[in-house]
Amino acid sequence: MKARVFVTLKPGVLDPQGKAIHHALEGLGFAGVQDVRAGKLIELDLAEGTSDEEIADMCRKLLANTVIENFRIERLQDA
Amino acid sequence: MKSAVIVFPGSNCDRDLKVAIEMVTGHAPEMVWHKDSELPAGTGLVAIPGGFSYGDYLRSGAMAARSPIMRAVSEAAGRGVPVLGICNGFQMLTEAGLLPGALMRNAGLSFVSRPVSLTVENAQSLFTARYKQGEVISIPVAHHDGNYQADGETLDRLEGEGRIAFRYAESVNGSARDIAGIINDAGNVLGMMPHPERAMEPAHGNLDGRRLFEGLLETVA
Repeated sequence: MKARVFVTLKPGVLDPQGKAIHHALEGLGFAGVQDVRAGKLIELDLAEGTSDEEIADMCRKLLANTVIENFRIERLQDA
Repeated sequence: MKSAVIVFPGSNCDRDLKVAIEMVTGHAPEMVWHKDSELPAGTGLVAIPGGFSYGDYLRSGAMAARSPIMRAVSEAAGRGVPVLGICNGFQMLTEAGLLPGALMRNAGLSFVSRPVSLTVENAQSLFTARYKQGEVISIPVAHHDGNYQADGETLDRLEGEGRIAFRYAESVNGSARDIAGIINDAGNVLGMMPHPERAMEPAHGNLDGRRLFEGLLETVA
């Protein structure tokens, strides 16, 4: 069973990396970019039956720093 | 005083910290590996060094903060044992929840490595008793993730309770309210990005860091 965890900065938290990416995109001539926020995607290969709550616990204890980051869990259907 | 320096894979200021503590206390600290689950009996000071533990993977200090020894450090802090975290050590203390807030990528995105001016904001703490209130000192920084951030309420509380130990007196990394170092609510845990262990003797060209260790020795001995 696979799951994806998206870790993103909370709204309002300054994102220097997103700013730099935004700046670089503008430098390449992409004028229509309003804002850029950078985050992380973590893919987990999990034992069958791992609950959402267990994954959320992993996020709170390690994968995300909830002082500055939010997380979102997405389960993938096995191919 | 018995002290311990915690060593993680990727620590690189552990020896400097050991030398600094020994210089001031006359006793070499125990070097404690992060996989250990207990501190040596009678440890009266825990020092967490700078470096790049676990290659800064995931977030600076995130993995190290979950090392076995950190549970013992947390317990010791709860008993009132002084804990000093420098640079990566400060990042670990926030990741471990012993200090509020988080240290993010520097606002300018560059690694900053130079002496910076700091204002001593609280000269009454366990760690800062040898400084004068409002004194401006110079201590080197060397970090990529030193941009201190916390929500407004936390920042107000830190200010109101005198828990900002040091503030940058110049633009360094974009930290909220120019915070360079903070103390926990009980007053026995200090985290700071600048490296006092690199300002200890005339050969360093700067002695301003030495008084932090001297003050600590005086207050806990």
